Amino acid sequence: MTLLEQFQLWLATMWPEWAAYVTPAIVGVVIVIAFALCMVIVFIYFERRLLGRFQIRLGPNRLGPEGIFQPIATAVKVLLKEDIVPAKGDKWLHWLAPLVVFVPVLMIFAVVPFWEGAIFIDLNVGIVYVVAISSVSAVGIYMAGWASNNKYALISALRMVAQVVSYELPVILSILGVVLMVGSLSMSQIVAAQTIPFILLQPLGFIIFFLGAVAEMNRSPFDLLEADSEIVAGFHTEYSGMKFAMFYLGEYCHALAYSCIIATLFLGGWRGPLLPPFLWLLIKVVAVFFVIVWIRATLPRLRVDQLMSFAWKCLLPMAVINLFVVAAEVLWLPESLPWIMVVVNFAFAGALILLWSKLFTLGGGRVEV
Amino acid sequence: MFDIVFWVLAVVTVIAALAVVLLRDVFRAALCLVFLFLTVAGVYITLHADFLAVVQILVYVGAISVVIIVGIMLTREMWHGSSSGKLRIPALVVGLLLLGTLVFTAITTQWYTSDVPPLEPTTAAIGVRLFGEGGFLLPVEVTAVLILAAVLGAIVLIREK
Repeated sequence: MTLLEQFQLWLATMWPEWAAYVTPAIVGVVIVIAFALCMVIVFIYFERRLLGRFQIRLGPNRLGPEGIFQPIATAVKVLLKEDIVPAKGDKWLHWLAPLVVFVPVLMIFAVVPFWEGAIFIDLNVGIVYVVAISSVSAVGIYMAGWASNNKYALISALRMVAQVVSYELPVILSILGVVLMVGSLSMSQIVAAQTIPFILLQPLGFIIFFLGAVAEMNRSPFDLLEADSEIVAGFHTEYSGMKFAMFYLGEYCHALAYSCIIATLFLGGWRGPLLPPFLWLLIKVVAVFFVIVWIRATLPRLRVDQLMSFAWKCLLPMAVINLFVVAAEVLWLPESLPWIMVVVNFAFAGALILLWSKLFTLGGGRVEV
Repeated sequence: MFDIVFWVLAVVTVIAALAVVLLRDVFRAALCLVFLFLTVAGVYITLHADFLAVVQILVYVGAISVVIIVGIMLTREMWHGSSSGKLRIPALVVGLLLLGTLVFTAITTQWYTSDVPPLEPTTAAIGVRLFGEGGFLLPVEVTAVLILAAVLGAIVLIREK
């Protein structure tokens, strides 16, 4: 039973039924949204400073001690900008698109377990819900690209469709590996099952999910839909002011949400020794986000054809093989000896990645895989 | 409580369905269709079919709607909206016939409702029913092969020589 349900039962003893039903829901929503927005502001600051370090420059460090007030100043600046709508664009869709992108991303946080019982709603289809809800924001990006009446925005939207549809498959297949081991789709049960974090039991699944998630949140090196050197700013070329801020926030919220999901699925969620559970989750989330920023600062952007062939020719076959191997191990290996599985899977993941990198090396006259 | 939710969802669903048919702007009509899929998922939730609702969103909103929108993008002269062609009268007749049949069937059928309380985690029950003893393993596999064949056929059709 989650904490909110206990709260509801406790309220029901003294308040009328509808009030006891509504109040915990509102409290939960406020807490979850406050967490998401606070963390997003921290992430924006964190990423800008980190990118500064990676690129051997200072980054924003003027406003407040070490520049911690810079995100707030940025937010105020963005809110004060004029809101411009293209004259021949679709005004209604132009207004609606940022909401359709932002709201589903916030809804992901409903199933993130913060510690034992501290989860907004413990759906028994939790992880499928995450995948389903996050696919809705693709429609929002499409609306933005269409309503802007701008060819670059539309190209960006079409690229996004190809990218999201392609990378959804390996992501779902790698999630299936986790679900096979747990035997449940519920997020809290997935955490409860991880006496050994799944990153050790399924290193290949973790890598596939991580890359797929980075591609789905459209971050570098997969950020082809806002590739500045090719299509201006992609789907939000024609957006300014508050609406642009919604896209910007949505992007970081997406990164935060998927960091939470990665931490929950593969790093053991809130589990950990000594420190309080919530702090463990926070540490893992920040660590995942650090790696995402690190990748962004290090790797150049992929070409469109490379992006697609990476999804279909590398990640998808590997995800299928991974699923087969995990299923076989769950069937035949004794559950009392998980460390055998760790060793076997690490060797297996290394071999597969080596094989695929040999198969798909460019150069020597070869330009596409 | 569930009654209120159901009626709100039902009214919104019907309005969205009408909008799909009546809107001149094809892109907006497609978005109304997406919205319709979402409200139908909401109806599933009120029926305690949580797995079905989530899969409805995943498949219809996440994948099929996107395919529909791409299909619209590839349509010529979509700026003019859905134009009325010569087949207007036959389409009306066929549509009315279909509507009549559906309404007639819905009214005359005896709808059985079960008094059994709904299963709480439906996922496992669906899995056992589909793949367990005496389930539908073969039909599921055949469907998968059929879809794969359709995908391969589409690729062969559009492939450059």
